[in-house]
Amino acid sequence: MTTSEQPFQFVSASYLTRVENYAAENIAELNAGLAEAGDATVFYHTFHTLRQHHFLTEGFSNDFAQWVLASLNQPALAERLASIDIRDYLSIQELRSDIRRILGEFCEERPTEATNRAFEPFYFCEAVEVVIPLHWDARTLPGFRAGLERLSHASFYHHFISSRVRLQLRTNDFSHWFRTALGMESLAARTDRIDVYTNTLDTARHELIELVDGEIGA
Amino acid sequence: MIVSVETQTATLDRYVPLLGAAEVDELRTLAEPLEGSTVDMVNSTAVGGGVAELLSRILPLMRELGLDTRWHVMEGNGNFFDITKAFHNALHGGAYVGGERGFEVFRQLNRVNRDRILLDGRFVVIHDPQPAPFIESRPALKSGHWFWRCHIDLSRPNPAVWSFLEPWVHRYDGAIFSSPAFARQLPLPQYLFYPSIDPLADKNIELEPEFVERVLELFSIDSKRPILTQISRFDRLKDPVGVIRAYRLVKRYFDCQLVLAGGSASDDPEGSGVLEEVRNEAGNDADIHILELPAASPLEVNALQRASTIVIQKSLREGFGLTVAEALWKKKPVVAAAVGGIPLQVIHKHTGLLAHSVEGTAYQIRFLLAHPHIGRRLAEQGHEHVRENFLITGNLRRYLTLFLHHIGG
Repeated sequence: MTTSEQPFQFVSASYLTRVENYAAENIAELNAGLAEAGDATVFYHTFHTLRQHHFLTEGFSNDFAQWVLASLNQPALAERLASIDIRDYLSIQELRSDIRRILGEFCEERPTEATNRAFEPFYFCEAVEVVIPLHWDARTLPGFRAGLERLSHASFYHHFISSRVRLQLRTNDFSHWFRTALGMESLAARTDRIDVYTNTLDTARHELIELVDGEIGA
Repeated sequence: MIVSVETQTATLDRYVPLLGAAEVDELRTLAEPLEGSTVDMVNSTAVGGGVAELLSRILPLMRELGLDTRWHVMEGNGNFFDITKAFHNALHGGAYVGGERGFEVFRQLNRVNRDRILLDGRFVVIHDPQPAPFIESRPALKSGHWFWRCHIDLSRPNPAVWSFLEPWVHRYDGAIFSSPAFARQLPLPQYLFYPSIDPLADKNIELEPEFVERVLELFSIDSKRPILTQISRFDRLKDPVGVIRAYRLVKRYFDCQLVLAGGSASDDPEGSGVLEEVRNEAGNDADIHILELPAASPLEVNALQRASTIVIQKSLREGFGLTVAEALWKKKPVVAAAVGGIPLQVIHKHTGLLAHSVEGTAYQIRFLLAHPHIGRRLAEQGHEHVRENFLITGNLRRYLTLFLHHIGG
């Protein structure tokens, strides 16, 4: 069994929602608000909302798409926004830029509809993250598997999803450790392919455990 | 005088079967850096009302985690509570009827209360507008971290009352609201804490099917036919008459029953009037069950929700509307109005169905009765939504995270 000199440090992550002092009443205001919003705000409405709604595996992608659909009845724009896959982005700046490009194109093509008032305003929020190291780490796959089972949803999300922004890589903490500390490229690649949109956090974790079990049993 | 309230004991271990050991263990981990910290909570009533209920259940859990919590309740005379009631209505957007005299009573009673207690906790949480001026008690060196937890909807406050309170609010380290829509533009961090339900409270615990059946028999409700239920007090803003009209539209196609259950209206003149209107609207329809429940009937409410085929919350205006979370926790399909905090709980077509009219409500109910498998999926997802966002343990985690964030954790 491979033992790593560099342990995997599990952490407990916990999140607060901070409400900003501005809201958007229409699509043009949403676009303008996004230009001014901090990275933590863009993160909240894309990455964080995926954690809050991880049990929805059909048709829920981010807050922007949900608002455009539910409060403005603009299914085509909602579909474009929903197609944004956070796994494609290495930075919040790139993510923000693509969302604004889609909104900007809509505003240009349909200026009247872009200023139609929404049924409910869009309230800009940001995520505040607090991270505390847990009392266990892992140097081997069996140890890792045991630690994985002891993570809350929020902490699993921290390692598996929000880590992308922190690492600035198209990967996650788990794959990164498999790859760099254990030299297990194949396991890392298969872990990267676990779909965060069609899985709940529980089923994603289950898939990962199955992959790890496969390696342990191999 | 201010009284300190003794809270009941509870154990986190009892939540493990509902949440999993990992979620509960991490609460303990998050609390470790806070061990021994004093937490002062101040509100205006020890019993009755959602805030008192929440504090009575969450403070024992904080204690179990090693925080030294203290609950202080303001005491005032009838004048004070008349004024705070006037404030409450005005902050919800109504007219303010207390005048300058009301402001003076408010200031005076707050001074008296502040003089009787020293709030020296590492963390101080002041609940709602009544004790907002307690921030005056904060030592000059700004020791401790002070938060104002506003449980009410401040989206359209009466300007006179809000401008009276606002200077105190500005002095806190943070304000906490139940919905982004309820917040104000403030020069301090504003946090979102959803209201929560306790899955171990009588209103939400699992019940034996035999008990549920007995409750239905007690009220002569047929368990074999679909049951549509709205649980709420008899108040026009809950639109019970609109619910009956929606039921009638459904009844053309489905042989169903309607249960409207709420607290007794005997000591509430307005409630009595609404109840009369509801009875008139129901007429002689034996399938409409109008139930006036005694105040302390949590098990009966629980049983009625669990027996329901669909739970309705067709309010015209709403605070947060936690009856929706209660129904979702019980894995019931919900059709509700898109008002107040309801859209936070019912994500349309994901965790329930929203409607904006009598006809829309009827349509969504018919849709769910015709497609029960869709109702089951919405209800399952609704249950997960509540587990993730609207349980008391989530509230506890938010408090721990707030405290850690403010001490630089």
